[in-house]
Amino acid sequence: MPTLVVDNHPFQVRADQNALEACLSLKFDLPYFCWHPALGSVGACRQCAVKQFKDEKDTKGKLVMACMTAVSDGMRISIADADARRFRASVIEGLMENHPHDCPVCDEGGECHLQDMTVMTGHDYRRYRFPKRTFRNQDLGPFLNHEMNRCIQCYRCVRFYREYAGGTDFNVFKLRDITYFGRQQDGVLENEFAGNLVEVCPTGVFTDKTLKRHYTRKWDLTMAPSVCVHCSLGCNTTPGARYGKLRRIVNRYNGAVNGYFLCDRGRYGYEFVNSARRIARPLLRGDGSERAVSRDEALERASHLLAESRNAIGIGSPRASLEANFALRAVVGADHFHMGMNDADAALAGLMLDVLRAGPASSPSLREVEQFDAVFIVGEDVLNTAPRLGLSLRQSSRRQPMQRLKALKIPLWQDHAVREAVQADHGPFFIAATNATGLDDLATSVYRAAPADIARLALAVAHHVDASAAAVDGLSGDADTLARSCATALATAERPLIVSGAGCRDAGVIRAAAAVAGALCATGRPAGLFFALPECNTVGTLLLGGRPLGEALDATARPDLVIVLENDLYRRASAANVDALLASAAHVIVLDSLETATSARAHVVLPAGTFAESDGTMVNNEGRAQRFFQVLPPQTRSEIQESWRWLALLRAATHRNGDAWESLDDVLLAMGRAIPALAPAVQAAPLSTYRLEGARVPREPQRYSGRTSMLANIDVSEPRPPEDVDAPLSFTMEGATRQPPSALIPFFWSPGWNSIQAVNQYQTEIAAALEGGDPGVTLIHANGSAAGEGPRRAEIPAAFAVRPGEWLVVPLHHVFGSDELSHAAPAVAELAPAPYVALNAQEANSLGVRDGDAIDVTLDGTVRQLPLRIAPGLPAGVAGVPVGLAGMPAMTLPAWSRLVKHA
Amino acid sequence: MVETPLTRNMRADGEAPDLKAYEKAGGYQSMRRALGMAPADITNLVKQSNLRGRGGAGFPTGQKWSFVPMGSDAPHPKYLVCNADEMEPGTFKDRLLLEGDPHQLIEGMIIAAHAIQADVAYIFVRGEYVLAAARLRAAIHEAYDAHYLGKRIAGTDQTLDLHVHVSAGRYMCGEETGLLNALEGKRANPRAKPPYPQVSGLWGKPTIVQNVETLCNLPCIVERGADWFKGLSRTKNGGTKLYGASGKVRRPGLWELPMGATMREILEEHAGGMQDGVTFRGALPGGASTDFVTADHLDVPMDFDELEKVGSRLGTGTMIIMDDRTCPVGMCWNLEHFFAQESCGWCTPCWSGLRFAARTLRAMEEGHGAPGDLEALEHQAWFCAPGNTFCALAPGAVEPLQSALKYFRTDFERHITEHRCPWT
Repeated sequence: MPTLVVDNHPFQVRADQNALEACLSLKFDLPYFCWHPALGSVGACRQCAVKQFKDEKDTKGKLVMACMTAVSDGMRISIADADARRFRASVIEGLMENHPHDCPVCDEGGECHLQDMTVMTGHDYRRYRFPKRTFRNQDLGPFLNHEMNRCIQCYRCVRFYREYAGGTDFNVFKLRDITYFGRQQDGVLENEFAGNLVEVCPTGVFTDKTLKRHYTRKWDLTMAPSVCVHCSLGCNTTPGARYGKLRRIVNRYNGAVNGYFLCDRGRYGYEFVNSARRIARPLLRGDGSERAVSRDEALERASHLLAESRNAIGIGSPRASLEANFALRAVVGADHFHMGMNDADAALAGLMLDVLRAGPASSPSLREVEQFDAVFIVGEDVLNTAPRLGLSLRQSSRRQPMQRLKALKIPLWQDHAVREAVQADHGPFFIAATNATGLDDLATSVYRAAPADIARLALAVAHHVDASAAAVDGLSGDADTLARSCATALATAERPLIVSGAGCRDAGVIRAAAAVAGALCATGRPAGLFFALPECNTVGTLLLGGRPLGEALDATARPDLVIVLENDLYRRASAANVDALLASAAHVIVLDSLETATSARAHVVLPAGTFAESDGTMVNNEGRAQRFFQVLPPQTRSEIQESWRWLALLRAATHRNGDAWESLDDVLLAMGRAIPALAPAVQAAPLSTYRLEGARVPREPQRYSGRTSMLANIDVSEPRPPEDVDAPLSFTMEGATRQPPSALIPFFWSPGWNSIQAVNQYQTEIAAALEGGDPGVTLIHANGSAAGEGPRRAEIPAAFAVRPGEWLVVPLHHVFGSDELSHAAPAVAELAPAPYVALNAQEANSLGVRDGDAIDVTLDGTVRQLPLRIAPGLPAGVAGVPVGLAGMPAMTLPAWSRLVKHA
Repeated sequence: MVETPLTRNMRADGEAPDLKAYEKAGGYQSMRRALGMAPADITNLVKQSNLRGRGGAGFPTGQKWSFVPMGSDAPHPKYLVCNADEMEPGTFKDRLLLEGDPHQLIEGMIIAAHAIQADVAYIFVRGEYVLAAARLRAAIHEAYDAHYLGKRIAGTDQTLDLHVHVSAGRYMCGEETGLLNALEGKRANPRAKPPYPQVSGLWGKPTIVQNVETLCNLPCIVERGADWFKGLSRTKNGGTKLYGASGKVRRPGLWELPMGATMREILEEHAGGMQDGVTFRGALPGGASTDFVTADHLDVPMDFDELEKVGSRLGTGTMIIMDDRTCPVGMCWNLEHFFAQESCGWCTPCWSGLRFAARTLRAMEEGHGAPGDLEALEHQAWFCAPGNTFCALAPGAVEPLQSALKYFRTDFERHITEHRCPWT
């Protein structure tokens, strides 16, 4: 390791970095703007200037930009040098020439990197006395405010949006001090990651539009570590709440998972917590009447029903925590606990879990995905089913061309030199999908086909990688050529990655993906296998186990009491089946946060806390158990409480012989004892008894405003802060001041670093793991001994055959719309499509219909009228319908349907 | 005749010699000779000639070429780019070469392309140089027809495709790497160096960018040799130089003179001295982005090394002369306004500092100067110093300002104390 001398003190630093990264890793306060840990250096802002000296005798030195200067052994720099300090203050003075002094009315105020850097440089007097330049701002859609007058021209936004995230509808216009960052014209930003501009922008040009509706300064937010509930990837988030309302979500850095970025569904889906559809009070229904009751009365009624019941069943949920599912299992007994997925989904998810457990290919983390240098996506539309994965794959696509940088002596952090050398080249990137995907621009080749043909292509790839895998007969010449080139690219890559998932709802596709990974591993290639699963806790649900939902829906089961946990069964199974189950049961108890078709049928409705009002553990797609914590204390939503707590109370009321569960710890520990596979999940975060410096970790920043008159109409005395028996966090600003363990970081804040950039201070080194290791515990370990024999002997499905007059209807996914909870967030709902049926133009012509025409689609025996949407990417004989949209019922897909122009 | 190799074919009527006329005067013989030489030998020849880049920075040309990866495993295509984006205020030397003898440039480019084994070449020409672009296109057409361009040039293994690209505008395009970005269809922002274009240039491939005048020197170097070329010069920098003068002189113009001619010689012998009624106060010796020199420096030889010794630069060698009836503050305002307008907006000192300076100068010129303005201007000059900015635009831009503050400080102070421009 080279020695870097900073202000005459020697430090050992990593070699392959620049001086800014090294200084920040050493926790020096060195200001910067245009550099971003994920975006690298471009040297635009000149803010990180330091003095560099040739040797010990050199007293003059020269100013250099730390971000553009590679560290070398014996290098001597000074941050404290007077010239360097004067220059850094001058940069701020320059930026302030045009920056409006509107901090008091700016949403960024209090967490503004520009404010922090201004203070850090010591600039305090601006000599510029002429007019500031002004701009016209744009309407960029429901997610982002645009206030260009605040722009300091650091170029981070355009670099993130275009270069890192692959967006095309945003750019930099004009020049000199009137450089403009925006769209060519007003309109919704199209990229799925646009919301990151809120954090990428060092000041208030791009701010959270949803936050503006219920604005609170960062210092007045109650925050806690949380995990996103809107897909299976388990991105870490920091929700912030105040006065009983969830105000926003920002990224919570996890070096192994989401890094610095979230997708917009994850960032903006949170508003479902504040939805008018929230179940706020317990309801009792019967004899056609409905009344809101107290917690106690609801609990009494539910306990009574449970005690009276002889044949109660529980239905869990893949969107509820492990603890909530386990508590329900304990209430009804393991034999009466059903998994909350329909049998087809459970079988697909179970297959993926089996494949990952069997190995030999294991699932990389999102961070690791970026290191793979060849990608084959088998059937998954990742930007719509597991969006954040798409951003990581975009980085992997550059891995192979980046190998030439070594010969050119271009360091990886010198971003624009890297991009210049790489140009638009991409490494091997193959996509087989039923429809066009948002990653097609990266693809070496795109193969659009029905699920069976996607599986056949992948199996052919497996065969060409490893001749011992079965050959696929009857493949078209083009497909075989593609399979061969894909196989060659994967087999010659250093680290090939296979991506698949439940998106096609086709087991053959999953098996075929596993077969490719298995073939690569069998021939000595260290392949990764990444599966996108349907929901935030699908893997946890599987690990917990339970009876199939189908058994419950089977009309012969006839339970007398059904307890449904955070699950709208009408999204899982046909209305007829669910109706039959709910009608056959004498009583139905539903715990949920939002009103659903299922909760509407319940006799007892218990208002359940969302992720924001609960603690719990979820297991993401790679098997990483992660804990999330309350940000909204239960008292503020008086009748709402965590599902697991409702169930723990129900259990205590009816199982008098058992030990009562007083806190989340009790549930977790009981779960660990009962289900060994989940025992490590207890370690996902410290238990409630953990104390740091003898104190709890505060959920509120030290600058919390404290007392206000908001509740003075109720009581002039400030209410006592709620106690938290479940977590080692406090609901106040008081508590430990030291940096907490990574799983307990409620917000990133450090003296002088009020913005999200404070995360630098929490990392072992820049862009690496958080101090003490990134949070989360892996529950799935590939068992190499099985060597993946099962999946490798995958059956080869018959080729897809077009049927006259009928179409194979495949599921189509929408990042905004297909997820149940985020659809209740207004900003997300605004971008969700209305239900439709999709065909390619040629097929539409043959049917004599045009875009927008009504089509009768027959699925599950029901005829539905849907407007036609032309989807040029769909293959012949295949139609698509969006899944998960509000108003689209559960459908068994893929399925054959007649399509007829609506008369 | 041979003492002015660059302008030897220039015609009195201003028309460009066509291929026939150019060849009749000995044109394309150097190309033939060069194509018969090993690339490394040409590079060595150019090194020995002490030819330094005529775009303003004066980097030794042969040395620049020697950084290009050569040999069978070198990346291809390699590019040669001629920087004909002459936008420096007060500079009009390349225009003469482009319009007056386009074949000389093409021949020079073929020689350079052979030396670095370039496959494709571009002439990036200033948008306003409509006539130059038309003459270049006509000459390139002739050269293709004569098999001097295209595949297997003159029966050798050298292949070169030559394109004229007309700039969409902006001073920044004249900066070596800004030009490359512009050629790629990107914003004309400069690039960080290293990596140098010789290694990762146009489209990430090895690229040499040379000024028009530099390339036009190559045929005569190949023809007559390095020693002859060095002998043309009065100083250590080899060759002749196109020197120009503008301002209130009797005969503003452009002359090919031995490198190292003095300013006095140019001013008095060639430009005919100052016009009646005005006296010389100072000059920007090498275009708008060089420091002022004064009457004390008139006998300094104009070359890359000597002008640096007196705190200025040879730049493009085309001087702008300031007389006693021109307000130095007004002149600086004009210049800083231009440079502030042309800042690409990439680095903070440039886009903020130049605007600050231009606004302050304007205020002073309009009678709104305030105490502290001179210190603020000096601060901006320091802020925009070499190394503090991303590219050379801002450091060049503040050169006239910082030297004007040094030599004409009283004039600046009077603007503030008198609340008006003393020249109006």
